[in-house]
Amino acid sequence: MLQTNLTTLQSKEELNNLIAQEEKVAVCCGRMGPMCIPVYGIFEVYEEKYPDIKFRNMDFDTPDADVIKLLPECRGFNGLPFTVYYRNGKVVKATTSIQSAKQIKDIIEEVFA
Amino acid sequence: MENNIHSYDLIIIGAGPAGLAAAIYTSRASLSTLVIDESMAGGQIKTTHQVANYPGFVDPIAGHELARNMRDQAARFGTQFELAAEITHLQLDESEKIVTVDDTPYTTRNIIIATGSSPRLLNVPGEIEYKGSGVSYCATCDGEFYKDKDVTVIGGGNSAMEESLLLLQMVNSLTVIHQFDELQAEKITANKVLNNPKTKILWSHEPREFIKNNEKMLTLAENLKTKEIVKLESDGIFIFAGMVPNTGLVKNTPLQLSEYGYVVTNENMETNLNGVYAAGDVRVKKYRQITTAISDGTIASLNIIQKH
Repeated sequence: MLQTNLTTLQSKEELNNLIAQEEKVAVCCGRMGPMCIPVYGIFEVYEEKYPDIKFRNMDFDTPDADVIKLLPECRGFNGLPFTVYYRNGKVVKATTSIQSAKQIKDIIEEVFA
Repeated sequence: MENNIHSYDLIIIGAGPAGLAAAIYTSRASLSTLVIDESMAGGQIKTTHQVANYPGFVDPIAGHELARNMRDQAARFGTQFELAAEITHLQLDESEKIVTVDDTPYTTRNIIIATGSSPRLLNVPGEIEYKGSGVSYCATCDGEFYKDKDVTVIGGGNSAMEESLLLLQMVNSLTVIHQFDELQAEKITANKVLNNPKTKILWSHEPREFIKNNEKMLTLAENLKTKEIVKLESDGIFIFAGMVPNTGLVKNTPLQLSEYGYVVTNENMETNLNGVYAAGDVRVKKYRQITTAISDGTIASLNIIQKH
C-alpha cells in the first residue's frame, strides 16, 4: 500500500480511463522505498504547481501494474520507480529510478509544454 | 513579519531533521520562517525504511512517516515551505541576505544552511547514462531485478556491506570492487559478506567506466597497484561509495568549507558569515545521526531567537 497524498491507481482500467479522458497524465509506479518516496513527494508538490497535469501513483506489486511494467518504453528498466508520462493517451516519456525535482520539471516542460 | 513581500525573519535551506527542528523552534517563537528544499521534506530520513533509534518511539517508525510528522509539526506552528524548489541565486555576505527561488527573491537577516549530504557519485562514464538500467544505488529497491544473476558492488563501507548482505539473498554471485586492501565496514558485517561462497572481491581496484553490452554490464576497473585495467562482466552494478556534503549551492560564496567540503561552524552553529548558520550533516562534525542533526538545528535556532 502506498502511503502518499497522491491518488493511487487501483487498476489498469482506471489508468486507461484516465489517459483517455485527460490530456496530461504522469504516473509513478513503485513501492514505499528510498528511490520512490522522493518522486511521490515531488509529484505531491507539483500537483499544486501544475493543475492541468494529473499526477498519480501505482503500486508496483499489484498485478495490474503490468500495464506500466510491460510498456515497450519501460523495456530494460531495472530501477524503481518506473515513471511514465502520457499525453493524449500516448506515452511521451518514461524514466527509471529516482529523479530530482529539476529533472521532473524539465520533463514536464519538454513533454507537456 | 512581512511575508507578503517575501521577507522572513529566518530562511532555512534544507528540510531534513536539522532544518525542520530549527523551524519548529523559530516558528513557535513567532519568527517568520521559510524552509526551502529542492526535494520534498525529510532529508535522508524520508528514504530510511525504519527508524529504530529515535527516542520516543517504542516501535520502529517508517522514515517517511517521521519526516511527514516533523514537517506537519513545523507547519502547525506557521512555518512556510517552498518544496521541490530550485534556488537560482544565493547572496550570503550582506546583512540582508537574498535567496532566489525560481526567479522569486526572498530576503532575510538569518539563514541556516541545512542541506545535508547525498550518496557520492563515482562520476565515471556510463554511471548516469545507465542509472536504472544496469546501475543502481539501492539493493532494497532494485535487488529483485537481479534474482539469480551476477552483480558487481562498488564500495567497502558499511552501506556497501549491508546492501551486499541483502543482495546475497537473491543473486547468483556478487563481486565487490574496493579501492583498498581491506573493507572499511564493521567487521561483523564485512565478515558475513566475505565468508559467503557467492562473494568474490577485487581489492585495490577502482571503476573507470561502465559499458552496456546487450543485457550485460561491463565494468572497466583499474588495479591501483599495477595500473592494469580489468574487464568484469555482470548483470548489474550497485554503487555505495559513501556520502558527500550538499554544498554545491554555496561553493561560490565566501562561506568557509573544510577540505572535504563540509561547512565549518562553531559550537553555536555560526559560520564565518554573520547571520549564516549551518546545521546537520552538512557541517563539520564527528557523528551524523538524526538526533545530532536535530541538536544542531535546535542550537542554531535558539541562537537566532536569542539575538532577535
